Amino acid sequence: MAMLIATWKHCVYVFSTGLEDEVDTFQEEHERERHRGKRRDGERAKKKKRGNGEGRKRASRAGREEEKLQARREKKGRRKKSSSDQEAEGREGDEADQPTTKSSKAAKTRKNVKNEKTRKVEKEEKEDEADDEERNRKRKKKHGSNKKEENVEDGNTVKEKAGEVKKKKHKKVVETSSEKETSEEEDNEEEDSEEKEVRPETLTPEELEMLKEAVDERKKLIQGLRGKPWAMKKKLVTLRESQEFVDKYEGALGKGKGRKLYAYKVMMTKKWMKFKRDFENFKTACIPWEMKIKEIESHFGSSVASYFIFLRWMYGINMILFCLTFGLVMVPEALMGRPYGTIPRKTVPRAEAPSAMDFAVLWDFGGYAQYSVLFYGYYNNQRAIGWLKFRMPLSYFLVGVGTVAYSYMVVIRTMARNANESGVGDDNSFNFSWKMFTSWDYLIGNPETADNKFASITTIFKEAILEEQESRKDDNIHLTRFLRVLANFLVLCCLAGSGYLIYFVVRRSQKFALDGLENHTWWERNEVNMVMSLLGMFCPMLFDVISALENYHPRVALQWQLGRIFALFLGNLYTFIIALMDEINLKREEENIVKFNITTWEASHYNISASENSTSPPVTIQPADVPRGPCWETMVGQEFVRLIISDTMTTYITLLIGDFLRAVLVRFLNYCWCWDLEAGFPSYSEFDVSGNVLGLIFNQGMIWMGAFYAPCLPALNLLRLHVSMYLQCWAVMCCNVPQERVFKASGSNNFYMAMLLVILFLSTLPAIYTIVTIPPSFDCGPFSGKKRMFDVIQETLESDFPAWFSKVFSSASNPGLVLPFILLMVLAIYYLQSTSKSYKEANVDLKKKLQTQNEENKKKNKLAALKAQMDLEEARKAASPSAEHQKNNNASPDQEADEEEDRGRSQRMYHSKNGRSPPPHRHYGQLPATRAPVPRNYPHGNQGSAGYLPSFPRENEARMHRVPSLQRH
Amino acid sequence: MGNKQTIFTAQQLDSYQDCTYFTRKEILRLFDRYRDLAPQLVPLDYTCQPDVKLPYELIGSMPELKDNPFRQRIAEVFSDDGEGNMTLDDFLDMFSVMSEMAPRDLKAYYAFKIYDFNNDDFLCKSDLEKTLNKLTRNELTEDEVRMVCEKVIDESDLDNDGRLSLEDFQTMIVRAPDFLSTFHIRI
Repeated sequence: MAMLIATWKHCVYVFSTGLEDEVDTFQEEHERERHRGKRRDGERAKKKKRGNGEGRKRASRAGREEEKLQARREKKGRRKKSSSDQEAEGREGDEADQPTTKSSKAAKTRKNVKNEKTRKVEKEEKEDEADDEERNRKRKKKHGSNKKEENVEDGNTVKEKAGEVKKKKHKKVVETSSEKETSEEEDNEEEDSEEKEVRPETLTPEELEMLKEAVDERKKLIQGLRGKPWAMKKKLVTLRESQEFVDKYEGALGKGKGRKLYAYKVMMTKKWMKFKRDFENFKTACIPWEMKIKEIESHFGSSVASYFIFLRWMYGINMILFCLTFGLVMVPEALMGRPYGTIPRKTVPRAEAPSAMDFAVLWDFGGYAQYSVLFYGYYNNQRAIGWLKFRMPLSYFLVGVGTVAYSYMVVIRTMARNANESGVGDDNSFNFSWKMFTSWDYLIGNPETADNKFASITTIFKEAILEEQESRKDDNIHLTRFLRVLANFLVLCCLAGSGYLIYFVVRRSQKFALDGLENHTWWERNEVNMVMSLLGMFCPMLFDVISALENYHPRVALQWQLGRIFALFLGNLYTFIIALMDEINLKREEENIVKFNITTWEASHYNISASENSTSPPVTIQPADVPRGPCWETMVGQEFVRLIISDTMTTYITLLIGDFLRAVLVRFLNYCWCWDLEAGFPSYSEFDVSGNVLGLIFNQGMIWMGAFYAPCLPALNLLRLHVSMYLQCWAVMCCNVPQERVFKASGSNNFYMAMLLVILFLSTLPAIYTIVTIPPSFDCGPFSGKKRMFDVIQETLESDFPAWFSKVFSSASNPGLVLPFILLMVLAIYYLQSTSKSYKEANVDLKKKLQTQNEENKKKNKLAALKAQMDLEEARKAASPSAEHQKNNNASPDQEADEEEDRGRSQRMYHSKNGRSPPPHRHYGQLPATRAPVPRNYPHGNQGSAGYLPSFPRENEARMHRVPSLQRH
Repeated sequence: MGNKQTIFTAQQLDSYQDCTYFTRKEILRLFDRYRDLAPQLVPLDYTCQPDVKLPYELIGSMPELKDNPFRQRIAEVFSDDGEGNMTLDDFLDMFSVMSEMAPRDLKAYYAFKIYDFNNDDFLCKSDLEKTLNKLTRNELTEDEVRMVCEKVIDESDLDNDGRLSLEDFQTMIVRAPDFLSTFHIRI
């Protein structure tokens, strides 16, 4: 029953969409047997149908209305069809007898209700749908058997197919014209003719409802039409029909208001869809550098493009950071804060003034640059500035926190999304299939790119094959393990060595700094930077050499390599920070001294002014003359800005020299060189995706670290990213060659993201440490005069919010509440963690189950195939002595022993074994070529059919299996 | 605008919009593209639905298709006669399916047809081999091709009949991460 319902549902769908193959077959069948109609048979089966339909009526009510209406329109023709169909069905005659009792009962009930007119209409409809359903079912069956026949009757197939195609074209016509076939009406269908001409006006409300639903259905069909995999002609015809239907019956639906509302709604949805689509188009048009990246992608593949996409993503983040700092910190201070020169912190000190405009000083971010909005020290601690009463210190603090919070949010969200994406497609299950069916990019419209794509697809396949073989082969695991441990040991030694070197150099440079930089050489002055960049240049090479020991898969090796470089950079960065911390401490000691001096200076100053003239206003002291503290925050900001600048310069210069110059030399010296430079040693450089990504990540880390003390950093970084976007795009296109080994970038995306997250954490750590533990300078920056920087929050709460708010806040922030809250959060995290883990496990379990089931299915199928094979072999064996004998042997109680039936039997067996539709017989010939058990059986077949040697090659099997059957013909 | 409208009746345009994923403007642009392929063949008046077919040689020479290893299959699948000769309807149909707006299922259905070289509604080994050879321009050795095809069948053939049915193909392709982004022609 369930299966019947399923079939029926399918049929309803099939029918409601109007056109399906079954219909064609049915038409064919119908026409063939039109003049042989056996009415009694038909009537009996119809009753049965009614019974069935009634029983099933409630189960699947939705979505029928349309069909009902359609059915009503085309009742006559169909009735006839179904009845004639019965004959064919009766021939098979295995299930027709069983439901007779039920059907008679149904017929009785039908008679009972016949008098009530309103009910009757409904009833008739029910019958109709039952009719349809049964008919469809049968049609399907018929179709199946037809197919079988077609497969067998070689000669007829072509003809029949042609007929079918023809019919498909005219099918619509046939279906509509069936209404005209009233002359051929059967006598048992008079009652239907009464309801045939139902006018919309005469319909009951209930029916109106149905009609409305039907119309809606049609409309839905019209809307979904573009998603139907039909030829345009079919679509157009269906569209026209549906529209006609809608037009015809819509008039009956709404009078006045309801209809208008309906039309309005339809219109609005259309408009909304259009707007959405336009907006989407606009959005895609707004993505910057899309064409550039696409171009690179088409030349260098997705991995190089992924770097640029990453760069663009970074640019987006920096854009937000820049907007925050620029809009909420720099611009307000520049516009509404006190202008330059009004207070000491905003003025260049007298001693530095002569050189403050020198380029060398400005380049070093000293002089005027130091005393500007670019750095922390310039900001005033005035609580509210300008006519807006902008809370500058608060804004400064919140922006600092906000940038970090935003960065965390973005990175984590991106990671989660990436994880989701990679989680949906389980990587390995369809590895090769995906490679085969989705690797060609249909967008490619450029011969060179196509060449590249072909090459890269080939490499991908070769790599995959290699991987596959790799996973099979068994290496000496102990040796590999030893080598890997050794390699890691060596790398650790390298890291420790470089760390020590940097530490040593930093210590030395501190000594030099104490002595005064002037009496040292250039090398001694720049030792730290040089050592750091040299280490950064050579250590990765060393790691590369070491990683050759490990014998990892290239992708894994790449990740190891990246991890190691990451550790190296991190070590460098942290050494730098430690050196900076030392300097901060020095500055703070200096500050204390200055603080003491200032009080004495002020005292002496006031004394002088007081003693000179007590009535006249005090002499105005130039702000430039006021002694001031060293302002360690500005110093930190300057260091970071310098670092960024030098880093950017290094990147660009390496790009120009290492890539461009090399490419130029290789290109032009190649004409007069003794060996081929392009193919030989120097050749062109490859684009180092991982190195570049790492550089970008570290750069970003420095931005995060320094942005609090130098609000200009995001702006600088934005500039840098913008320039490198163009510069690197140009460099890649003009002087790099595509990588030999192309890795898919998407896999490592989350790896980069994880690194970014780590860097973000590690870079916010020192910043937070300094903010929380070190008191701000006394005479510079927005927090001067406060004990700690975050006191600004307290201050705001106290003075800007109503008293109750600060009370609530302070009570909420006492440990008694905070601790439980934290505990709760920890518990929540733990809970979520464990649930996600269990989900993951369940997922894995399900996957495993699915796999085992697949395996089982395969085994079953194999067995079934084997059995069928054996049967056939036996049959063939039997066939060789005499055809007559074979017939007896093969005949089963309900089947004739002709060759088609034989085939059908094996198929049925197939069917029953795996619960799936039986494959067409073509499969039969093919199966042996792919399945293992067959060769075992195969010799039997040879013995059976003369003319083939036992040693005949396996490829001929398909033919061999076919031959006996032909002989039997 | 008034000029352009004489190509189609308003009703025709509406039906085309209902049957494809294109807007009116795009349909007219596609018509122009179609006509540019053979201005002498395609009339400027489609209101009476002339029976015009462009041969495959012209369709396949479009820049969007000419580098595609499967261009012939695409044309064959979408053409009414199965030989790559396309009417305007077929043409619109093809680009509608290949447009960004088309849903995954529809794309999967046609992708299946495209990869089904022998039109037997199954992707059997020979189809896979052909696909692979087209993808790699015969760069792989026979062994490699055979192995890849075996792996593909092994992975995706759920009912184990040694070839991929449409259902097999669909279950496989709907989970592919970049099917939608690659099975797409921008026009």
